[in-house]
Order: sequence, then C-alpha cells, then structure tokens
Amino acid sequence: MTEDATASSAGSGGTTPRGRWHAGVMPYAEMGYWRPDYEPKDTDVLAAFRVTPQPGVPAEEAGAAVAGESSTATWTVVWTDRLTDYENYQGKCYSVEPVPGAEGQYIARIAYDIDLFEEGSVANLTSSIIGNVFGFKALKALRLEDMRIPLHYVKTFQGPAHGIVTEREYLNKYGRPLLGATTKPKLGLSARNYGRVVYEALRGGLDFTKDDENINSQPFMRWRDRFLFTMEAVNRAQAATGEIKGHYLNVTAATMEDMYERAEFAKELGSVIVMVDLTAGYTAIQSMAKWARRNGVLLHLHRAGHATYTRQKAHGVSFRVIAKWMRLAGVDHIHAGTVVGKLEGDPNAIAGYYDTLRLPYTAPDPVKGLYFGQDWGSMPGTMPVASGGIHAGQMHQLLHYLGEDVILQFGGGTIGHPMGIAAGATANRVAVEAMIKARNEGRDLLAEGRDILRAAAKRSRELDVALATWGDITFDYESTDVPDAVATPVTL
Amino acid sequence: MHITQGTFSHLPDLTDDEIRAQVQYALDQGWPLSVEFTDDPHPRNTYWEMWGLPMFDLHDAAGVLFEVNECRKAYPGHYIRVDAYDAAKGRQTIALSFLVNRPAAEPGFRLDRQEISDRQVRYTTHSYATGRPAGQRYPDPWP
Amino acid sequence: MAVNDSGRGARMAFGARPAASVPAEETAPPERPLTDGDVVNLAEERQRSGVDEVLGALDEELVGLAPVKARIRQIAALLLVDSARTRFGLTTTRPNLHMCFTGEPGTGKTTVALRMADLLKRLGYLERGHLVAVGREDLVGQYVGHTAPKTKEVLKRAMGGVLFIDEAYYLYRAENERDYGQESIEILLQVMENQRQDLVVILAGYKDRMDTFFQANPGMSSRIAHHIDFPGYTLEELGQIGTLMLGQAGYQLSPAACATFLDYLTRRREQPRFANARSVRNAVERARLRHASRLFDSHATQVSRDDLTRLEPEDFLASRVFQQPAERGSPSA
Repeated sequence: MTEDATASSAGSGGTTPRGRWHAGVMPYAEMGYWRPDYEPKDTDVLAAFRVTPQPGVPAEEAGAAVAGESSTATWTVVWTDRLTDYENYQGKCYSVEPVPGAEGQYIARIAYDIDLFEEGSVANLTSSIIGNVFGFKALKALRLEDMRIPLHYVKTFQGPAHGIVTEREYLNKYGRPLLGATTKPKLGLSARNYGRVVYEALRGGLDFTKDDENINSQPFMRWRDRFLFTMEAVNRAQAATGEIKGHYLNVTAATMEDMYERAEFAKELGSVIVMVDLTAGYTAIQSMAKWARRNGVLLHLHRAGHATYTRQKAHGVSFRVIAKWMRLAGVDHIHAGTVVGKLEGDPNAIAGYYDTLRLPYTAPDPVKGLYFGQDWGSMPGTMPVASGGIHAGQMHQLLHYLGEDVILQFGGGTIGHPMGIAAGATANRVAVEAMIKARNEGRDLLAEGRDILRAAAKRSRELDVALATWGDITFDYESTDVPDAVATPVTL
Repeated sequence: MHITQGTFSHLPDLTDDEIRAQVQYALDQGWPLSVEFTDDPHPRNTYWEMWGLPMFDLHDAAGVLFEVNECRKAYPGHYIRVDAYDAAKGRQTIALSFLVNRPAAEPGFRLDRQEISDRQVRYTTHSYATGRPAGQRYPDPWP
Repeated sequence: MAVNDSGRGARMAFGARPAASVPAEETAPPERPLTDGDVVNLAEERQRSGVDEVLGALDEELVGLAPVKARIRQIAALLLVDSARTRFGLTTTRPNLHMCFTGEPGTGKTTVALRMADLLKRLGYLERGHLVAVGREDLVGQYVGHTAPKTKEVLKRAMGGVLFIDEAYYLYRAENERDYGQESIEILLQVMENQRQDLVVILAGYKDRMDTFFQANPGMSSRIAHHIDFPGYTLEELGQIGTLMLGQAGYQLSPAACATFLDYLTRRREQPRFANARSVRNAVERARLRHASRLFDSHATQVSRDDLTRLEPEDFLASRVFQQPAERGSPSA
C-alpha cells in the first residue's frame, strides 16, 4: 500500500497530511474505521452502539474508535498491521446518527467481517464485541443496543436444545401459557420442607416449580438432598394429577465438572428439566445446552446479574442482545420481563425481547427497540419466562402483553395464598385457563379481563380468595430503559 | 380423581356451546381439528386413538361437534379430546388440545417406587385403569 | 385425597346445557317473548337483514326467470315473518328449508343456490352462508365402507352453509343392487332431518328424472319443503342474456349482427344438447375468437375503439349452426 492510496481510504473527512503508516497516534476515523460509504454485507455481523463521547470528541471519531477497539486497532499505528489483510478485518463504522432528544448521544452502527468470529462460540462473539471497548476513556458512556447475527453465523450454533415446539410436545401441553413458581423463602428451607412446597404447588395445578438463582448447594440444603426430595414431590404430583410436572433443578456450581455431575444426577432421577444461572458464564451455559440436547432434558436459564449491565439506558448491554446470545447458546427458557410485575420493564422494549426470543424473523422496529432485522432461519424459539411480582389478578394483562408461548411464574402469588400453596396454584391455573378460553371466544382481554376473572372466580373459591387478597396490586414506576422511538398515534 | 390434561381441564367441563366456540376459534385460524379417544390416560401416552382423520376444509364447528357426539356415542366411557393442528412454518404442531369427554369414574394413578442404591428411588406412574383389559377399564362405580 | 377440591359441588357432565346450579347472572338472560302490547318494526328488520340487496343482485344477474324470482321473494318474506313470529313465541320450531330446483341445464340453478345461501345467512338461518356443490361421485364410494365417510366428509364441509347436489337422482340406481348410492341417501336423510339448524340441502336436476327419484324415495320427497322449477328461456331472453354477457366483456353487436345473433339462437335451440345460458356463453366466446381472427387477418393499420368492440354478422355466420339448416346433426360449433 502506498501512502497515496491509503489517504483516500480515510473516509469523507479531510485527507491526512502524512501517510497512514507513519509511527504515532492517528485518529481512528483516518485509520479506516470510519467508512460511511461501506455497504454491509449479508455475511457481516452488525452492532448498534449508543455512544456518548467525551466533550470534544467528534461523533464519527467516537464511532470509529468503538469499531477499532472492538476489532483490530490499538492506540497507535503498528507496522504489523501491514502483514495482514487489515481492511478486511477492521470493524467498519458505517453510520453515526444523533439520538433525537438526547444531547450528546449517538447511535453508531458497525460492521464486522464474519471471519473475525469462531463458529458456534458465544464466548468468542461476546469477547470480540464487548471485551475491550467499554472502558475506553474517550467515551463517557457506551451501550451495546442491538446486534444483527447473519444467518450464515446463526447456522453454526446449536440453538435451543429443544425449543418451544418440542417442549410443548414433550410435556403434552398446548394452547396456553405454562405456569411456574419459585419456592419461597428463597433460602433456608431444609430439603424435606423444600420438597413439600414443590409437591403442593405442582399438585395444585402449576406445571413447574423452580429453584431460585442462589440455591446451589449450601450448608442448610445440599444439592443432592434437594434433588432427591424434589423428585419425590414431582412424581407424587404427576401421579396425583395425570399430567407431566417438572422442577427446575439448579445445577450451577463452582466448576464445570460439578455442574455435569449435578446435571447427570438430575437426569438419572428422571427430571424433565434443569436450570443454570447466567452467572455461570457463557461457556458453561453453552456446554449445558449441548448436554441438554444430548440428554433430552430441558434447560432453563435464570438471567442472574443481568440488571447490573442491562438496566441503564446510557451504559451497558441491552437485554435484547443478551437474549440473542442466549438463544444462540441454546437455552430453552430465559427470564425476559413481565411488564406489569415488580421488576424493570417497558412494554415496548419487552415486546422486542419476546419477539427476539420466539420468532423466526424479526424486522427492524424502532418502537420496540429493534435496530436490525434478525433472521434465525429454522432455529427454534426460546420460551420466555415472566417472573417477579405478578399474580392471578393480572392474568388479562399478562396474556395481552406477553401472548401464549410464555411461562408465567407466580412465586409469592402461589405460596402466599391464604388457603395454602395448592390453592394458590389452582387459582393461577383457573385464571389462565379461563382467560385463554375467553380470548378464543373473541372477548377483549384488556377491557373485560376483570369481569372474566370474576366470572371464573364464581366457580373457583381459590381464585376468588386470590383476587380478594391481591386484587389491585400493581407496580407502576417509570421505566429506566425506554426505546427512543414512540409510535405517533394515527388517529386523534 | 380428575385428570388435568388438556388446555381447559381446571375449568368446569365444557358445554357443547363452549366446545363449539373453541372449535370455531381454531377453524378461524385455519387449523384443522381431530377427535381422539383413549382409555389409557397416562401422561406419557401421546398417541390416543384417532376417531377418523383430521378434518380439513371445514367452515363451521357443527361438523366437528357432529363427530365429537358420534365418538361419545361409540365410546361413552373413554377420555375424548379435540386437537387443533397449526401447520405454519416454525410451529407445525398442535395449537390447542382439550378434553370433551371423561369416564364417569376416574380411578387415577398409583405411584410405584423402586428403591435402589442410597436414597434413590425409580418412579413409575401406573394407571389403575390399564390394570384391566381394554373394554373393561372404566366400570362405574369403580369396584 | 381429592386434587381439585374447588368446591364446585356436583360436576356437570360434558356437553350438558348449563344447569340451574349456574348463577343466574352468568348465562345471558333469555329474551322474554313479546306480548300483546308489543310491536315489531318489520320494515327495519327487513332493512337490517340486507335481504333486498340479495334480491336486487338476483334481479340484475339473471334474465327472465320471473316465477323463480317471485318464489325466492316469497321464501325471504316467509323467513323474515317467521323470525318476527318467533319473537312473539308463536313459532318454536325452525322451518324446513331444504329445496329442489328442477329445470334444463344452464337455467341458473347454481347461481340461485349461491344467492340462496347468502340470503339464508343474512336472515340468520345459516352460520357461514357458503355453498358446497357436489355430484354423485363426491358422495358415493367405489367399495364397501367407502360411501359413509365420503358422504359425511362432504356434509361436514357444508355445515353452516348450503349443500348443492347436482343431478341428485344419480344417487339412486334401482337396477343395480350392488350400488352404494342408497347408503348415501340414508345418511343424507338423517342429516336433513336431525341437523336442520346446521345445513340446508338443495337438490337439482331435470324435472322428470327428479320426479321418478322422489317416487322411489318418498323419505327424500317428504323432507323437501320448496320445489322450484326453472323454466327455459324465451328467444328474446336468450338474446338478452347474450347482450348482457357481451356487455360485461366489453363488446357490442352491430345492428346487422343483432339480427344474425337471434337467428343463430333460433337455430341452435333446435339442435340437441342446448344448455340455455351456457350455450349462449359458448357462442359469445366463439364470436369473440372470430372477431379477433377477423381483425388479425385484415392486417389493419388503424384499428379504432369501435372496431375492437363491435361484432359483425360474419362473426356468427361462420358457425356450423348455419351450415345445417334445421337438421338434427352434430352439435353446433
């Protein structure tokens, strides 16, 4: 490469007074990382970053810096670059747009060549994109908003070990959301008492019960004892009701070897499902997903710890990216928000997460916060899980916002029922079935939801008491993470 | 005992009008329906006997109700369910499945335990009804 | 240990009507019958049902058939009045709506059946109002046990609408004892009697053969409430039909062609296998072909809109109909 030729590759900015390969520091934008003329290829991995540059740093330079530091660059020119086909391996920032209404924030879109990534590796994908750039001083804040994974790359991943369709066929449960509950209290129960909660909730009508994310193997209850008592409860409930039941046995442990040991034991005991926490790490999760498919056991993922980096709008990683990574990694369930519960979640953003997890293809949609179209090919969908402060009295809203292919988890809403855990479970099951029945009959859920619940409560004392207990509890705080775009009403 | 298989099993048993409404919903989505029956309601029994082929190209729920009632006449003491199939890409499975008939007396299941090493137990769910030969599985009252 | 002890009390069996144990405000209160002081706004009911739209469409689409149209009008009136009577509690049973249309082929029977389905839906006697048209081969099987499922499948498809059986008399073949058509007839009779609210059956065919069929199957005859005969068309009416068809296709006849067309129809009528409106349609199609060939072969350089739409006598005279004056020979071109 001669000096003259490289000067023209510095983008639409001014030409450099000195050559590309002179030693020393050079703006990223002139090293080829700012390429507004670049047309992303179908095989490129694309990322959209919300960039807040430090004062004095131009937006294009910030975008180029992100592109550079998440691909090949370093802070100064290096001659070894010239031993490579560096133009191919550079991340290319091809678009920088200011965010309307947010001073100093920009959305930078960056394209990465598919060869930068190892096939089928979530760990590598994430290390590549977010591994280096977030601490960069020139940026006041940085958030990875969305990614487009090309179908060519999607195809190298296993994807969900079972997926929504196979899960339903396995459990023989169709046409309605599945129901679950986390055992409460989260910590402290002995194994035998823990099993009692599981038995009562399952025989009352829930499909699943759940270990909480921090139940692994503690002094008050070791994993093996929990597994034994829980499976006794699960099988009792199955015989009592005639339907398949499950309990997410948490196999998260300190090492991968321990995790395999626990998972194998769960399988031997006949559990239909095991669970792993996000804190186990991307590699562990992918290993478990492979194990899950090989062994015919469903894999539930608790997104433990995600809110440390997904919640703030200016800095971190958006949950929709985590959702994409986890679908690629291969989990069958993932917690994805409730809209009306106690944990954070804006309805449009959550609709975006649910679509990302369930659909074979999502089109770009600024209202839902989807920056790119994403084609999953025939990769099965991951079942989203709604958990956190929801109760039977919200069933119409839950069904309206979240749809039918979802797992609704009512921890407190089951165990806190005045008539007992089984009654709490029955109340939730009656509510969901009545709501589905009414929806199929053509009724307007949001408008008539309360009436539908009251009518169902007339035939079910459990539901009646549940509504009386929790009736109008809602959690209504302003969300910290709302998509930039709001749909303007068409009619006034 | 009251087996809770199918989408609406925790609600009071559906009336014919309610069944009609659900069937019409399925037809409006373009899902063909099928009637199936069994006397072995084990939760892992996926394949119930088919009462005729799935009914394609119907416009009105009356056709399905007709078959449901014919099946009830033929097998009044069996479990009968209606399945709706969704052939759309990415789904290609059952979209809705609910019971439309039960035996008058449901004996339910027994949990058989086989104790093995340490504290492990191997479980089998055993259906009382299948203890008797086919055709005699649901006498009412259960002896 | 009961699993679902939700205090429901006696469990209602599947399929039962909601029992008295269901709280009153749950089920919609039945409309109380009107009494002597009440009145029904029949004109408004008529307007709301949209019946006049259907009758109007029938008037426009079909030439002639005055007695048929009158009969349909009467049936519509009867059903509307019956609805009103039900509200007073005067009638409790649903009227029998099965029909039989007799007449030559091409006289509008299928079109009227389609309109009838729409009418019945608008008046609330059918849920969907679609039409399923079948013949013997759709109902009868080729071997033992084949007929029943075939017939039942057709019936299920037709539920909510009208089942139109063309040349229904072919179902019955007295001379062949191995014929399975009888089984199909039995099933039809049962459904026509027991599921009147789900389905309306319309049989169709030549009058004389239908009469024979009914004589041999009195059960079928007794289930038909309305017999409507479709008279053939007069020459003028056939001419009108042709003009209507041409108009819809964007053509018109020159004055000379008008006369030739009527001449053509007169001759064609005498010949065998004349299928009324269908034969007129065929004639129109053939004329279009000849018209197009005429323009094509003329190598004309300046073709006006008029040329493209106007049919001339030679477009009809080329037909074989004109080559065999009043002879019962091969069918016309």
